[in-house]
Amino acid sequence: MMRAASWAYLILAYGFIYLPVMTLVLFSFQGSGLPVPPFDGPSLQWYGEVLGDRDVTDALIHSLTVSLGSSAIAVALGFCAAYGLARFILPGSALIRGLLIAPITVSYLIVGLGLLIVLTNAGLALSLLTVAIGHVVINLPLAFAIIYASMGAQQQNAERAARDLGAGELQVVTLVTVPMVAPAIAAAFFLSVTLSWDEFIIAFLLSRFDITLPVEIWSMLSSGLSPRLNAVGSVVFLVSVAGVLILELLVLRRRRA
Amino acid sequence: MTGARSGAAGWGFVAPALLWTLAFFIVPFVVMGAMSLATLDGRTLVWGLHPDNYVELATRAYLWRAIIVSLEITLTVTIVSVLLAYPLAAIIAFRVPPRWQRLALLLAILPFWTSYVVRSYAWLLVLAQEGIVNRALTGIGLLDDPVRLANTRFATVTGFVHFFVMLLTLTIYANLVQLSPNYRRAAMDLGANAFQTFRHVILPLTLPGIVTGAFLTFVLCIGDYVTPQILGGNTELTVPQVIMVQLGRRANFPLASALAIVLMGIVTLAYLGCARWLRLDRI
Repeated sequence: MMRAASWAYLILAYGFIYLPVMTLVLFSFQGSGLPVPPFDGPSLQWYGEVLGDRDVTDALIHSLTVSLGSSAIAVALGFCAAYGLARFILPGSALIRGLLIAPITVSYLIVGLGLLIVLTNAGLALSLLTVAIGHVVINLPLAFAIIYASMGAQQQNAERAARDLGAGELQVVTLVTVPMVAPAIAAAFFLSVTLSWDEFIIAFLLSRFDITLPVEIWSMLSSGLSPRLNAVGSVVFLVSVAGVLILELLVLRRRRA
Repeated sequence: MTGARSGAAGWGFVAPALLWTLAFFIVPFVVMGAMSLATLDGRTLVWGLHPDNYVELATRAYLWRAIIVSLEITLTVTIVSVLLAYPLAAIIAFRVPPRWQRLALLLAILPFWTSYVVRSYAWLLVLAQEGIVNRALTGIGLLDDPVRLANTRFATVTGFVHFFVMLLTLTIYANLVQLSPNYRRAAMDLGANAFQTFRHVILPLTLPGIVTGAFLTFVLCIGDYVTPQILGGNTELTVPQVIMVQLGRRANFPLASALAIVLMGIVTLAYLGCARWLRLDRI
């Protein structure tokens, strides 16, 4: 009785979780012009139309550029800070860690609003660059926390050995430390890319002419339900899923093994 | 940390990240605080220590109404999400065979990675007048005519609950699998039935995980603009929606900043309210 109820609940829960995604993907193959039942596909016309739309493909390239660029910066800054805090005795290190983590606790809307006020008052024009600055702010705490957590004392012996053998600080970092914490660096990078790729509100507030894909989808939304939106949404979803699966296969598997 | 060195080189490594956080997070935050005390004279900004925006917040019905709407939606979402996610996490942790648990969990949170905008749009499809829920309900004869599901508070709550059930399943599952099965066995040996074991043993032990997940839900939910904007139909506005209206149509940065400060105040109060159970370091 309890068993049957458990399995029934499990099925219902998965049904609820997958209902919107399945509907989105199914009706992206809709034959007619409205993404509602009855389904009269499958047809690839909406994918063809979307991929032929300059606004969409431009936005896609902008999104990729911003997410890869901002994640690279966030991971580089996060790694250096983690190395500095894990390997050196610095006065006020608890306060520094707190400061670096702090942006996690504030909603994206507020981060975006603060940056909008400061950047426009500083005379900086809104562009993909300002979006990337915002995305580094929200991804740096995650990158720092993930990499810092992976820097245990066990790696210090290898670093000390390298130093004894005459390696300079830069050589120690690039040839010894980075390879040892590579899984954490990869995890931080893919997580940042996935979050930045999807992020809307900061990208919306801090961009003007060149926009990212979520913002483009947002502007398409104002014309109502359309299979074109389903097609774009499905592409965005698939890219995110690919990112998560890479993370799962490459990084988490290896950690477990 | 053992064997750590002191020295200026350490600052060299920490400085870039620290400067970035100061310049693009702390400074904007302080300026936003100052902005909330500025005021508009026509369209020109006047800096200073003016309480005008906060007075307006307290006296204008549509402003404090937004705070109440936000709180009502957020509390409903938090409670419903915990109640739905707990059984799901428990079933995955206790009923699904161990070798399938990782896959079951991965599947349960995969749509978590859909972007906010796309996920909300997908719910709009599902709940539309001609959408599959209405079609199914009229099809099996439960309804004569389709009902209005999209563009309501119900739609906003559904969209939110969908997202946070996935988040909470993850945090509660992590908590449940950490429990030693000995606690359950001991309770059973001492004569407790399944419900008593849950009520007096499992629930208290997983409370920190639940509260941590619920706090995250509260924080993310109350600060979100996209879900209520797409699904809620503009019949009632939440605080983030009012902030965006003030930014967009009026360019009233001082009032928007004051609202943002109030939002942060609410989150701080929620934090203080559940701080004794919170384990933010264990997320």
